[in-house]
Amino acid sequence: MTSAFRAEVREWLGAHVPDPPLPSLDTAEGFERHRAWERELAAAGLAVVSWPARYGGREATLSEWLVFEEEYYAAGAPARVGQNGLSLLAPTLFTHGSDEQRDRLLPPMACADEVWAQAWSEPDAGSDLAALRSRAVAVSGGWLLSGTKTWSSRAAFADRAFGLFRSSSSAEAGSRHRGLTYLMFDLRAPGVTVRPIRQLGGRTGFAEIFLDEVFVPDADVIGAPGDGWRIAMSTASHERGLSLRSPGRFLAAAARLASLWRREGCDPGVRDRVADAWIGARAYQLHTQATADRLAAGGSLGAESSMGKVFWSELDLALHETALDLLGPSAEDRDGPDRRWLEDYLFALAGPIYAGTNEIQRTLIAERVLGLPR
Amino acid sequence: MTGSPMSSMSSEFAGVLHEMLDGADVPAVARRWAAGDLAPGLALWRRLAGLGVTGLAVPEKQGGLGASPLDLVAACEELGHHAVPGPVPETLAAVPVLLAGLGSGAGAGAGAGSGPGLPEEWLSGLVSGELIATLAMPPWLPFAADTEAAGLILVAADGVVRVGGAGTPRRSVDSTRSVADVADGAVLGTASGLAVEFGALACAAQLLGAGRALLGASVRHVQVRTQFGRPVGAFQAVKHKLADVAIALEFARPLLGAAALSLDGALGSGVLGGGVLGGGVLGGGVLGGGTGAAGRDVSAAKVACGDAAYLAARAALQVHGAIGYTEEHDVSLWLTKIRALLPTWGTQAEHRARLLACIS
Repeated sequence: MTSAFRAEVREWLGAHVPDPPLPSLDTAEGFERHRAWERELAAAGLAVVSWPARYGGREATLSEWLVFEEEYYAAGAPARVGQNGLSLLAPTLFTHGSDEQRDRLLPPMACADEVWAQAWSEPDAGSDLAALRSRAVAVSGGWLLSGTKTWSSRAAFADRAFGLFRSSSSAEAGSRHRGLTYLMFDLRAPGVTVRPIRQLGGRTGFAEIFLDEVFVPDADVIGAPGDGWRIAMSTASHERGLSLRSPGRFLAAAARLASLWRREGCDPGVRDRVADAWIGARAYQLHTQATADRLAAGGSLGAESSMGKVFWSELDLALHETALDLLGPSAEDRDGPDRRWLEDYLFALAGPIYAGTNEIQRTLIAERVLGLPR
Repeated sequence: MTGSPMSSMSSEFAGVLHEMLDGADVPAVARRWAAGDLAPGLALWRRLAGLGVTGLAVPEKQGGLGASPLDLVAACEELGHHAVPGPVPETLAAVPVLLAGLGSGAGAGAGAGSGPGLPEEWLSGLVSGELIATLAMPPWLPFAADTEAAGLILVAADGVVRVGGAGTPRRSVDSTRSVADVADGAVLGTASGLAVEFGALACAAQLLGAGRALLGASVRHVQVRTQFGRPVGAFQAVKHKLADVAIALEFARPLLGAAALSLDGALGSGVLGGGVLGGGVLGGGVLGGGTGAAGRDVSAAKVACGDAAYLAARAALQVHGAIGYTEEHDVSLWLTKIRALLPTWGTQAEHRARLLACIS
């Protein structure tokens, strides 16, 4: 089954991956080109292989999903513009959403008719997410959202967003982790202002979102009002773990790095770093496979997903730093034939920061995996 | 794509082994060994043999278990975890593979004054635990370890296995270990290229086990050691240091299982470098006869386990503070063993070079 699936994926990608590559998805044109690519994937039944058939998937196992991802990255296929929805919101809807929400939201997510942005961080709530102050005030039939969200990935061009809002004060709720509500909202609704933010490297990969009494119907609350923190944290391991960064990405990049090293004359000064990139990618693949096997056997993903997040983000960065060092002075050329290394390096630079900084993750590992005192 | 890194049978076996070693006061045994009193250590090795540990890599037709390399990895990890003294990769892995692989060329050479049945006798001695064996495999393993404890010393080089004669043992940084030059003796037969792979894999597993032990010791220490009115484990700098160790060990471990499965495959297919130990051209990236997936995976495991173990050792010393810098404290047994084992069975640099040669 797996080898037939692999062959199908490889063949389809071989025939359809755009060449030359699409423009960056963090440009207006690139975003729409990536949306069109997602529609092509969906039409081929390859957009959301692990989902149930009724939402556009084919009920692939985690192991088959890993095969898909390996082939996807090996083929050099476009970045997934729907990543936030697919890897963060969808698992939340599967676990905590209602049937009505799944029926309404998952099919357009699968074919990128609706692309989702995440809206977690606020100007004064980054690593300390529970310090968030954006409010949800109950009104007849729904909620009015007010406040500021920032560093919202994809928000510059996306259609909808999801995040946490304070629906009762910490004092009323008894804890700042209570009284938070998980809500979804339309980025084009009255009262929403999106200010794109240029990232390091110049692209508008994220944005600031200003909300001024934006109406959201009750149907767009996930789970019970006030229960948002628990819901968000229960799927946080998806963001850190295997669904955000599949091993295929690193295996493909490590193989390209080894080729680059040879092309540049097998510099012995860089040799160990090239080998370590390959070893790290292989270790991440094997570890992820073991995790998938464990989950398939009924296990759960806990604090150990923090170890994966630190590991892949540092691997990604080290791998691309090595490539730039190999390229030497031509590495800075953003228009040259090797520019992909620089673009991927800029992308990798954010890895140790988002989805919970690596410092936060290390503290979680020490306290929750090793059992050190708080 | 490989499956789970450890079979459930291997982990059950490791559990039994762990329980036995946990009750055997191995640090005391190791200290007696370091003082020249080998008797308690040799008794421990016989107990290990009783559990089947020394027969894992001996083929069934020669009285061993012919076990999967996964079981060998599980056993070596436990022996490393408990800092068992003695030539572990040699006796458990490389020597059985060499003796069992003497094969066609063995007949003539084994007759050199030692009798044709001798390799079989040695193999049964390994299985019963009466025989501890060591070897040199220059250039990757230029010295033989623990020759005083060994009833059999071999030299494998240039494609042949010989009986070796040990020179005067020299002290190792690991006080429970010695190293000696070995002189060539009578030729026994052809040297299997698999021996160096099995030795390197066993050593990687031993290193990972030792690293895990040091992480555990560090965690226990920082939970109880108080400074500035708090357990030192409550300080973020300490937490983050130990988190990095946990990450390195966590991601090194699956590489061991994958290498074991690759070696299992190579055993079945005879893919590995024609089965003869090569001339050892280090600069050219050739370590032993190993090429292809098995050589690549063994090298990846050795590099990752070695680095993770060494990181664990440095962190353990740092978080223990001055008490960790004493011979008196038991962490010294693991700290020095890791330093001694790290460059054996191929240095980290040699394994990285070979890995790149294998993936070209």
